[in-house]
Amino acid sequence: MCEACGCSAHPVGAKDRVTVEVLGRLLDANDRTAADNRAHFDDHRVVAFNLMSSPGAGKTALLEATIDALKDEFRIAVIEGDLETDNDARRIRARGVPAIQITTGSACHLDAGMVHEALHDLPLAGLDIVFIENVGNLVCPASFDLGQHRNVVLLSATEGDDKPAKYPVIFRAADLVLLSKIELADLLGDFDAGRAERAVRALASAAPVIPLSARKAVNFDLWQAWLRGEVAAIRAAQSTAHRAHEAHHDHHHRTAMA
Amino acid sequence: MHELSICRALVARLEAIAREHAARVSEVHVSIGPLSGVEARLLRDAFPLACAGTAAEGAALKIETAPVRVRCRVCGAETVATPNRLLCAACGEWRTDLLSGDEMLLRRAILAIDDDPPMRENVREPSHV
Repeated sequence: MCEACGCSAHPVGAKDRVTVEVLGRLLDANDRTAADNRAHFDDHRVVAFNLMSSPGAGKTALLEATIDALKDEFRIAVIEGDLETDNDARRIRARGVPAIQITTGSACHLDAGMVHEALHDLPLAGLDIVFIENVGNLVCPASFDLGQHRNVVLLSATEGDDKPAKYPVIFRAADLVLLSKIELADLLGDFDAGRAERAVRALASAAPVIPLSARKAVNFDLWQAWLRGEVAAIRAAQSTAHRAHEAHHDHHHRTAMA
Repeated sequence: MHELSICRALVARLEAIAREHAARVSEVHVSIGPLSGVEARLLRDAFPLACAGTAAEGAALKIETAPVRVRCRVCGAETVATPNRLLCAACGEWRTDLLSGDEMLLRRAILAIDDDPPMRENVREPSHV
């Protein structure tokens, strides 16, 4: 196998024309960096959540309320992605937890390399949860693995309940869908949470769909329960992997000494 | 417009392949599924920009699209679906697994060797034996 390109077959073809069979993901380099990020989180038993939505769906407001509710239970930090300004990071820091702002310039999504850079500035050893607030965009962030353990996609009541049908790629990637600003649904009169959930199921997704208001505390307990459950499940997997890793090391040391 | 980012990643990969074979890239074959999140038309527009000044400059981009297909977890039927309606076409069940349609793959690169003939065999030998 070639070292540089990873092709499975050696070049075949005419002398002046060589075909190299590759069959690799286009975003192979991003995927590898994402795997490094995930391993880095796992080494520190940190659970990472990637929050995605269109701009203004309430990601930062959700995080503010979540930090207020859970900061005595979990040590939380936030990585904020925006094209410009550190407004969101400042809002998070005002809640008393560390926040790193990534400004992407004109880039419409975070990628694994940007998150990797941000991790240099985060003291992972003292953390339980890292929330990554992606750039507000229902298209581009879906294609880039960041190294997160779970994806949370927000759909606000003002956007319309057919968004999962219009943006299937991102909603298909969701491990949880939050129907945010649900307190506005009555006022709007045309947002149907049931229809939004059916649109998610039509994507063959079993992700829970929770109508939620961060500001009015509607179903906030369901969101917290989901978070606690996922943190426990991911940490259990991290512990198992860690023990296997230690056993592996131990074995190697003993072999070396023998 | 993340297609430009994706093209840059593709070109970086092509440059590595071209370097290894001391050649330039004349043709690239990729598979882009309707559920990959990548728009083939935008990819086609962005590709020449990302290639400018690289070993892939002027390369032809061939894009193949796999259909969206699902296998039903209940009745087992394998049927064609659409990106936002991944239901089983046989029984209507929503619990299905995607068989194809989300690929974003570099399949193969066709290289044009510029060097004179005696060099070729040396270049094509794996360097890491």
